[in-house]
Amino acid sequence: MTGAIVRVKNLQKSYKNNKVLRGIDFEIQPGEIFALLGSNGAGKTTAIRILSTLLKSDSGEVTIGGFDIAIHPQEVRKHISLTGQFAAVDEILTGKENLMLIAKLRGVSNPAETADNLLKQFGLTEAGNRRAATYSGGMTRRLDIAMSLIGAPSVIFLDEPTTGLDPEARIEVWRVVRELAMGGTTILLTTQYLDEAEQLAGKIAILHEGKIIARGTLDELKKLIPPAKKEYIEKQPTLEEIFLAITGKKEIGQ
Amino acid sequence: MKVLRDTSILLGRTMKHILRSPDTIITVAITPIAMMLLFVYVLGGAIQTGSDSYVNYLLPGILLIAIASGTSYTAFRIFTDMQKGIIARFSTMPISRSAVLWGHVLTSIVSNAISIVVIIAVALLMGFRSSANIYEWLAVAGILFLFTAALSWLAVIPGLKAKTIDGASAFAYPLIFLPFISSAFVPTDSMPTPVRVFAENQPVTAIVDAIRSLLNSAPVGNELWAALGWCAALAVLAYFFAVREYRKVA
Repeated sequence: MTGAIVRVKNLQKSYKNNKVLRGIDFEIQPGEIFALLGSNGAGKTTAIRILSTLLKSDSGEVTIGGFDIAIHPQEVRKHISLTGQFAAVDEILTGKENLMLIAKLRGVSNPAETADNLLKQFGLTEAGNRRAATYSGGMTRRLDIAMSLIGAPSVIFLDEPTTGLDPEARIEVWRVVRELAMGGTTILLTTQYLDEAEQLAGKIAILHEGKIIARGTLDELKKLIPPAKKEYIEKQPTLEEIFLAITGKKEIGQ
Repeated sequence: MKVLRDTSILLGRTMKHILRSPDTIITVAITPIAMMLLFVYVLGGAIQTGSDSYVNYLLPGILLIAIASGTSYTAFRIFTDMQKGIIARFSTMPISRSAVLWGHVLTSIVSNAISIVVIIAVALLMGFRSSANIYEWLAVAGILFLFTAALSWLAVIPGLKAKTIDGASAFAYPLIFLPFISSAFVPTDSMPTPVRVFAENQPVTAIVDAIRSLLNSAPVGNELWAALGWCAALAVLAYFFAVREYRKVA
C-alpha cells in the first residue's frame, strides 16, 4: 500500500543477548487504529519506544509521515505524541497547568484557551484547577491523553492505555480513543487485553516473542481458526457486565 | 532562540514545584543552620582558628554543605520525572533536547541561591560580619554559582541513572561530609599528616579558603584559581557525563 503514515521494516532490537524484537514489519494507514497485541515481555513497549524516538533500533527502517526516525527524529517528533504505560502527568501542577505546559512547549498560540477546551472535552473542567495528585486513575489517564493531543499530532502512540484502570475508566478511555480516530488521528496502541484490541482496533498484529505471528482485521484473524460450530448455550452475563450494571454505568455501547 | 524559550518554560514548571513545597528550601537550609549553631555555640569555643570570630570562619563551609544537600533534591526531582515518564514525554516532543536538563539545573541554582541567602541572614544574626566590598561579594557569588552549577550537573547523572529514590540522592552524602575533612571547620595544621595532605589538596579547602579570604578582604592568590579550576573542571565533566547519560535514556 502506498498511503501508509507509519512504515516499519524488519525492525530489530536486542538487549545484550536478549533478542526483544526479531524483525517486525507493519504499516499503518492514516486514521487507522492499529493494535499491537501481546503478552508481557512480547516486545510491545520496546517497539513503541523505538517508534517514538526514545530508543534506537539495532537494524531496520521506520518512517513516520515520510520521515526516517533515525535520520530526522526532530521532524518525526512534530508528528507524534506518546502516551506511555504510566500517566506522565506532573502531579504538583493542576490539570490546566499540565495542559498549558505542553501547549507552550508545542508552541501553540493560545495555551490557556487550548487547555480550557481540552478540559471540557475530557470532562475535567471542574477538576481543572486542582492539583493532578488529587485525580483518580481514570481522570489522570484522561488528562494524560488530553496532553498528548495538543499540537494536533497525526500519530498517537498509546502504550497499554488501560492497564491498571477500573472497568469504568477503561470504557472512558475507549470512548476517547474512538473519538480520536473518528477525528482522523492515527493510533498505534499496545495492549495485552484481547477484548481491548477487539473493541477498538481496525487492524491487529499479534506480537509474540519479538515476532509478528499474525495480523489483519478481526474478521481476517477469525478465519485463521476453524469456523465456529453452532452450539446453543445460555448466555451468562460476564462479571464485568454485572459490575457495570449494579454500579449504574451504561454499557460499552456502539 | 528555541533552547532559551523551552528552558524558560521548563524552569517555570520546576520553580512551581519549589514554590508549592517550600519545605524543600527550609529543609535544605535548616540542617546547615543547625550545624552552624552547634559549631559556633557548642564546639566553637574550643576550636582555635586564629580568627576573632568563629562564625566568620565557619560560614563558607556551611554554605558548601547547604549546596551539596540542596542539589540532592535536583537528583530527586529528575528521578521522579524519569519514573513518571515525564522525561520520556518531553523527549518525544519537538523541543530542544538540552532544555529538559537545563530547566532542572537552573531551578537548582535558583533554589540553592535562596537557601544561601537565608543561611547568610541567620549568620548575620549570629554575629557574622564581612569587610568585603561589592566586587569581593560578586566574586564570592561567582564561586558559589559555579560550585552549585557543577554539583547540579553532577546531580543529573544519578537522577537519570538511579533505580531507587535513595540511590538518586545518595551521591550527595560524601559531598556533604567532604567539608569535614577540609579547612572548613578547623585549620588543617592540627591534622595527622595523611589526613592533612588529603584535606589541603581536596577542592573544598581551596573553595573555602578563597571565599574566606574574599569575605575578609584578605588578598587572594592561588586558592582562588584552584577553587575556580576545581569547580569549572567538575562542571564540565559532570555536564559531559550528564548529557551522555541523557542520550542513553531518552
